[in-house]
Amino acid sequence: MDIRNNTLLLPKNLDKTNITGLLQEITLQNLEVVKQIDAGELVTIDSAGVAFLDKLMEIFAAHSPQIVNLKAEIKQSYQTFSSLEVPIQIKAKQENIFVKVGDNFFAWLESSKQAFYLLADVFYWSFVGVFNKKGQRKGSVTQQGLLIGADALPIILLLSFILGLILALQSAAQLRQFGANIFVADLMAISMVTEMGPILTAIILAGRSGSAIASEIATMKVTEEIDALTMMAINPIRYVVVPKFHAITLVIPLLVTASTLIGIFGGLIIAVTYLDLSTVVFFNRVFEVLTLRDVLIGLGKSYFFAWVIVIIGSYYGFNVQGGAEGVGKVTTQSVVASIFWVIILDALSSIIFYF
Amino acid sequence: MKKEAIISVKNMVAKYGDETVLSGVTVDIFPQEITVILGGSGCGKTTFIKNVLRLYQPYSGSVKIFGNEVTEMDEIEFDEVLSRIGMLFQNGALLNSISVADNVSIPLEQHTNLTRDIIEKMIRVKLDLVNLGKAENLYPSELSGGMKKRAALARAIALDPDILVCDEPSAGLDPLTSAALDDLILKLKKLLKMTIIIVTHELASIHRIADRIIFLDQGKVLFTGTLKEAQKTKIPEVETFFRVGKFG
Repeated sequence: MDIRNNTLLLPKNLDKTNITGLLQEITLQNLEVVKQIDAGELVTIDSAGVAFLDKLMEIFAAHSPQIVNLKAEIKQSYQTFSSLEVPIQIKAKQENIFVKVGDNFFAWLESSKQAFYLLADVFYWSFVGVFNKKGQRKGSVTQQGLLIGADALPIILLLSFILGLILALQSAAQLRQFGANIFVADLMAISMVTEMGPILTAIILAGRSGSAIASEIATMKVTEEIDALTMMAINPIRYVVVPKFHAITLVIPLLVTASTLIGIFGGLIIAVTYLDLSTVVFFNRVFEVLTLRDVLIGLGKSYFFAWVIVIIGSYYGFNVQGGAEGVGKVTTQSVVASIFWVIILDALSSIIFYF
Repeated sequence: MKKEAIISVKNMVAKYGDETVLSGVTVDIFPQEITVILGGSGCGKTTFIKNVLRLYQPYSGSVKIFGNEVTEMDEIEFDEVLSRIGMLFQNGALLNSISVADNVSIPLEQHTNLTRDIIEKMIRVKLDLVNLGKAENLYPSELSGGMKKRAALARAIALDPDILVCDEPSAGLDPLTSAALDDLILKLKKLLKMTIIIVTHELASIHRIADRIIFLDQGKVLFTGTLKEAQKTKIPEVETFFRVGKFG
């Protein structure tokens, strides 16, 4: 590029292939006084070329240079692609760490409050729903019962059986050294009934049904189905959440019982084949050590696990933001939160009942 | 004699977080008319509708529907109001897990004590009215875009509401289907004496069906009046729209 009498002469082409070199040339020449930019030779320009012209105007802003001899077509491109008239978005001021911590704390308080309201709503409408089926679709509890209960049964049985085998096998190796073979029955009975049965069932339900609940409600929210229910004067919690709540309340004791029995059965196989115990001796010992209190604690806490899964799934579903990406995000969050709260509740129950 | 408004909105302000979307909107919607709400993308049309119907809570202002202030109503009172309003959502918002007939039956089952056979007759009539007589056992995923809109319309009119709200009914439809939907809306207005509120951009559709126009721009009402008045107005944005079908 030449410069004559404080006038910068532009080349024939200004496009993305040559402007970087031209810009370097100008910087190296350290040009200070350009009062005019002559575009007489300029024939083709693209949006990168226009950005280059804008940059020239910035570099030589001290002399407010004019662009002269612009051809009509070039002028049109320049006016279309020039960034000079486009308002610059001011970047949000970086917040300091205390503001961020404070904001997160208040956001957490707000979401806890919302979750609590949802919890109250779900319990209220679940109680009302037992006596008044209005506001629910016919057969929805059965349908949900099959989805949450029957469909989850095979995987719960399989994993509980494997867990029973592992627990018995690992403890049998230790017990055998002390001739305490019979205590494998104690271990299987107590651990499966009070701990492993309920928690394993809850974790499988959190992964399976919790995610399904969150993604179903979130999708309904995104596709305005929840708004459509509201517009039909139908309470979405009553229509969507309550059948799931009733269904999980009905199926959780059955699933936990099935998980516990099959886990103990897994232990029995190890006891008979590895520790040479008889089936009768094993079961006599199981019934001897088990108390009604243990059974009630195991079943009782499983209700809380189930309710937490439904509430958390629903909470995340109703609070989805954005489209498909948001649905995926709340689904993951709901599974993580469900498993977290199931384990916290389990720890609390252990402290309450066994400390 | 001056007509009494069926929906009266005064100084409504709506916000998303700190951003004000509607600032002091005041409009009246009159019975048995088709009112079209117009405006460029992001001007607050859908927000206006959703705030009037309390799907979002307005920040401030007054909304009267059927002469009653609804912003301070409790849920039970407002449900009574909602049961007299049908809404056609932009994407239909049919419940995907149940059939078309079951979708239409929801308001009938929830808000009436009609017997199953009466409900079934009503479902058939409503689906036939929207030319979906043969689709009652299909699921929403098996319907085309136009069929979904019509099925959603059948659900919206299941209870013969006094007010029908349609959020961009023609969006994504071909001109023929769109024209058929307009004819259907006109038919509903005539047959069921409905008040119809429509959010749309389609100039052809507006010419066919609109009685009254509300033109929103940047969260404010730029113009309200009849279609004829809208065509004659000198307000630049409205004039540009009616001249070239684009928002200026």
